[in-house]
Amino acid sequence: MEKKAENRREFIRKSGRLTLGLAIGGLGVLAASRATAGEWVWQIDPFKCNQCGRCATECVLNPSAVKCIHAFDLCGYCDLCGGYLKPDANERSTAAENQLCPTSAIERKFIEEPYFEYVINEELCIGCAKCVKGCTSFGNGSLHLQIMHHICVNCNECSIARVCPSDAIKRVKASEAYQVKGSWSKPL
Amino acid sequence: MKPKIYILLTFLLLFLSLQLPAQQQRFPKPEFDSGYEQPDPVTPEPRSGAMEYFDVAVLLAVLSLASYLVIRKRSRQGILWLSVFSMIYFGFYRNGCICSIGGIQNVTLTFFDATYAISVTALLFFLLPLVYALFFGRTFCAGACPLGAIQDLVIIKPLSMPRWLRKTLGIFPYLYLGLAVLYAATGTDFIICRYDPFIGIFRMDAPFHMIVLGIVFLLMGMFIARPYCRFLCPYGVLLNWMSKFSKWHMSITPSKCIQCKLCTTSCPFDAIDFPTEEKVTKSSRYDAKKFIIYAAVIPLWVLIGGFVGSKSHTYLSKAHPDVYLAELLIQHPELKDDPDNIDIQTFLASGKTMDILVEDARLKRKEFYTGSWILGGFIGLVIGLTLLNQVVYRRKQDYTPNRGDCYSCGRCMDYCPVDR
Repeated sequence: MEKKAENRREFIRKSGRLTLGLAIGGLGVLAASRATAGEWVWQIDPFKCNQCGRCATECVLNPSAVKCIHAFDLCGYCDLCGGYLKPDANERSTAAENQLCPTSAIERKFIEEPYFEYVINEELCIGCAKCVKGCTSFGNGSLHLQIMHHICVNCNECSIARVCPSDAIKRVKASEAYQVKGSWSKPL
Repeated sequence: MKPKIYILLTFLLLFLSLQLPAQQQRFPKPEFDSGYEQPDPVTPEPRSGAMEYFDVAVLLAVLSLASYLVIRKRSRQGILWLSVFSMIYFGFYRNGCICSIGGIQNVTLTFFDATYAISVTALLFFLLPLVYALFFGRTFCAGACPLGAIQDLVIIKPLSMPRWLRKTLGIFPYLYLGLAVLYAATGTDFIICRYDPFIGIFRMDAPFHMIVLGIVFLLMGMFIARPYCRFLCPYGVLLNWMSKFSKWHMSITPSKCIQCKLCTTSCPFDAIDFPTEEKVTKSSRYDAKKFIIYAAVIPLWVLIGGFVGSKSHTYLSKAHPDVYLAELLIQHPELKDDPDNIDIQTFLASGKTMDILVEDARLKRKEFYTGSWILGGFIGLVIGLTLLNQVVYRRKQDYTPNRGDCYSCGRCMDYCPVDR
């Protein structure tokens, strides 16, 4: 009697194991047939971004992994830079009260008359996109946001992507992790 | 010959003139005389793919070692140190991402979103612990899961919970699993990741409410052992199924149980099944009737569940941004003039018409209708089967770990006085 009960239990366990094994095997094969060898990372499409400012506040990291980067190829090296200076700035200088950037993360350097170079200090940048808005509205749009992958923890679901109003943050292949304006153009 | 060249030229011109506006800039790049060299934008590379495979190798090693320690070596000490390692590596070093629990959503999304394909490493993270559970029991929970490890370390004075309460709360993981799959399948959200209570602690950085949630879970975990694992973890549901039918499993005693009852209080998770009392086994004959009734009402449970689920689909679908926005605009059209509402202003500027948005939202809601019917039916089935299980008595003579619920942590092994 005892022996019989044991056999029955063992049989149930065996068939259950086989069923579940086949189930995860099947699921695995199905998923694997679509799987990619490369990893996914998150990136901002600079042409979709509308500089809403949420990148600075919604990232799980503080400060955000989103930083402004400068596509120098597109820069006009303007003296009157829409990304650097406040629209109502008193003068074109490096004085803090004239700067659009809340953390003074843009460094302005004189190159030659009348051109100035603008370099982002990544340590200070919080990804608020104020300069991006200024540069896109008044200049060439060479300043734009990108997710910096040495900072980004690559969450399974990007918490900024979830609230991005223009749906600009997408998963991209890790082999093409950046979408820098100029070298990366808008897909048709 | 000539006309052909003209046609070609015209096309070339057309092509050029199309290209031009895209290239044109408000302020053309200057030609520098001073020999200025333009720097390159800094684009640091993401973590290399090889490192991701290294993580898989670490997981594989940890799972193998955990299974060996539990089943062969029977060492609680070893498991404890292994779980500390996993907590440090997968938790604090890897910041809690990538994890097997969240992998459920990646697998789901692969089947429902044509533009997404799961990466091989994420798929392996999802599958490996399940395969191991099918052979060795839930050794993943014991040694490899960083969430389990951090909760296991704070168990100070575990309280035993009554069976009815455990069984009732035990429905929540199924609900959480169902919701996670529903939200991942509709492309709404990854709720397992967003509401992971411990990730804020692993990253030492999170929104305030998530940090509070993490601390609350840890404080609660001092008295209710592993609260997340037992009453929320959606991956635990899958592991439970696998472990129930596992080929091998941790045993309390290395040879024969001497019924000393020393292990009965050792399990903080109430996962030790006691021997069936003779009285209960005798009276269980009369439960055959109960069993048939309980089995017969399962379809009813499924129907009720499905009905309740479908009734809540409107509410559940509000989490989707399109549905949310469409509803907001229909109910409060005056918000269109609110310059501070970024979502609405972006939608208005995007050129997408209201009709398209409403149509998108309607389709999404339809998906939610189907999804929540299935979700509700699934929960109904779970409730029905849980109830059915309460009237099934399995004859048992020894103290044995409950294969489904046991995390293979090995505490009970230390209490057993029987030597090999």
